[in-house]
Amino acid sequence: MHTNNSNSVLKTDNLSIGYRKKSKAQIIASGINIEVNAGELVAVIGVNGAGKSTLLKTLSGIAQSIDGQVFIDSDKLEKIEADNLSKHISLVLTEQMISKNLSVLELVALGRQPYTNWIGSLTKNDLKKIMHSIRLVNIEEIKNKKCHELSDGQFQKVLIARALAQDTSMIILDEPTTHLDLYHKAYVLKLLQKLSKETGKAILFASHEINLALQLCDKLVILKDDKALFGTPADLINDNALDDLFPENLIQFDKKTSSFKIK
Amino acid sequence: MLNQKKYTFSILLLFLAVVLTGLLNISLGSVSIPISEVTSSLLGFEVEKETWRYIVLNYRLPKAITAIITGSGLAVSGLLMQTLFRNPLAGPYVLGLSSGASLGVAIVFMGASVFGASFAATLLSKWSLVIASSLGSLLVLFAVILASIRLRDTMAILIIGLMFASLTAAIVSVLAYFSPASQLQQYVFWSYGSLGDLSWDEVMILSLFWIVGLLISIGSIKNLNSLLLGEQYARSLGTNIKRNRFAIIIATSLLAGSITAFAGPIAFVGLAVPHLIRQIIPSANHITLVPAVIFGGAILMLLCDIIAQLPGSEFSLPINAITSIIGAPVVIWLLVRKRKFNF
Repeated sequence: MHTNNSNSVLKTDNLSIGYRKKSKAQIIASGINIEVNAGELVAVIGVNGAGKSTLLKTLSGIAQSIDGQVFIDSDKLEKIEADNLSKHISLVLTEQMISKNLSVLELVALGRQPYTNWIGSLTKNDLKKIMHSIRLVNIEEIKNKKCHELSDGQFQKVLIARALAQDTSMIILDEPTTHLDLYHKAYVLKLLQKLSKETGKAILFASHEINLALQLCDKLVILKDDKALFGTPADLINDNALDDLFPENLIQFDKKTSSFKIK
Repeated sequence: MLNQKKYTFSILLLFLAVVLTGLLNISLGSVSIPISEVTSSLLGFEVEKETWRYIVLNYRLPKAITAIITGSGLAVSGLLMQTLFRNPLAGPYVLGLSSGASLGVAIVFMGASVFGASFAATLLSKWSLVIASSLGSLLVLFAVILASIRLRDTMAILIIGLMFASLTAAIVSVLAYFSPASQLQQYVFWSYGSLGDLSWDEVMILSLFWIVGLLISIGSIKNLNSLLLGEQYARSLGTNIKRNRFAIIIATSLLAGSITAFAGPIAFVGLAVPHLIRQIIPSANHITLVPAVIFGGAILMLLCDIIAQLPGSEFSLPINAITSIIGAPVVIWLLVRKRKFNF
């Protein structure tokens, strides 16, 4: 791993994640050392309860780390003010109570909030960024629709466009493919891959789509047994990191096809 | 946000409607005064009868201004509550503010008999009512703010507001049970609401609270918009959730608390107006919604007041009954028509 990579957008140093109950810290995973560079697509993989959400929350500053450091654009995460952090990291979350009365344009435009004045009026530059994001995820035809008129797949693209409009070096997505059919799962992840290459943004997402992630991602973070394994899909496969991800009585990793199969 | 210009016209129309309904409101009443004489007295020109000028300037004008303040203030606090709690059925009442005010007033009215008749007279003055209902609202407000500091969950605050509402309602009914009929009647009359009993001094004090409440609301417009995405997104956009929530609760309490203190508990305006406005202006952006709701609330209240005073007759109906008679069918109609509330 490069320690002083100038392209490094997100880096952790011996990070421990978990939650605090009163003063006692409950550690979910520790010794996490990952680095996401500009233009890279990285997936966080792990079984339910392995700490994927906690990791993403810690990296995006919503939850506090137990130990270790997180660096965003080579600044310590804890030193970045909340309103300044919004210019470094944008989020795409699941299960949020978003007002579906917003039009697609209005929702994407909310991504410009960190840059607008006290009442939130948009400048020409803001409008340019909004239209550019809409074009990047290819939702121009639905831009005047209300969000309650959209399918789950379309809505997910709108949320990604909003994150793009926020103009951050890093986008973090929490399970962006839930509720989607197989085609749209592949479509969204492929879109993320394209966006990371075209815009040079670092994109990190949590997902259960291991087979798709193995094919599309530059690197993977595998949360397993309170630890985090980090590397390219090829390296992780060679190190047999995926073999015991699940209890072996039902699903097994097949090295030849680089995918999980039912036994 | 983007179709902003399209809505500017609608807002201008709404403003024009406020001016027209305002004029209509002032020109109608138990004494019929020609509209030309009404405008003359408003503009300070020569008026045919001095009593007309007196009625217009000292009775109808403060009442119309009270209607505008009451309607717009309650409607804006309704909008703020609906966005803050992401609940289409929220209104200024969910925080329990008016229940607190009712409790304060109930204690003054029904507790007065305990202190004896001579003391009751001073206790039942207009100002003691205003102070009591403000104290009642403030009490509930402090409890809600304490809860909002301790709790991260906005929904929990909503539930606490509802709990306070039923708690105070229960105390009021216990007080009512032990009160003599005359005191109970006075309380009931207060709970009908009234726009017409305010002197110019009182209108000035009320409008001071109104202006501060509206200024805080306008200052929260940007944060209200980010709240449309939910609290986690709002935080990721750099919004200070706790400070923003605090500002919105303060604005609502100032508006709803002062209005309830001076005009009584007026139902439904806060809940219904934001929904009516969303039917006219299909935008979720508060930069459009806040001014539209201010004007919409004023129009609705002026119209309700026109109906309540039954033009040409000497009767006037309780304003709270009129707002509910209009408000309840509106909410039912919206529910049936849309099946689903979008906010």
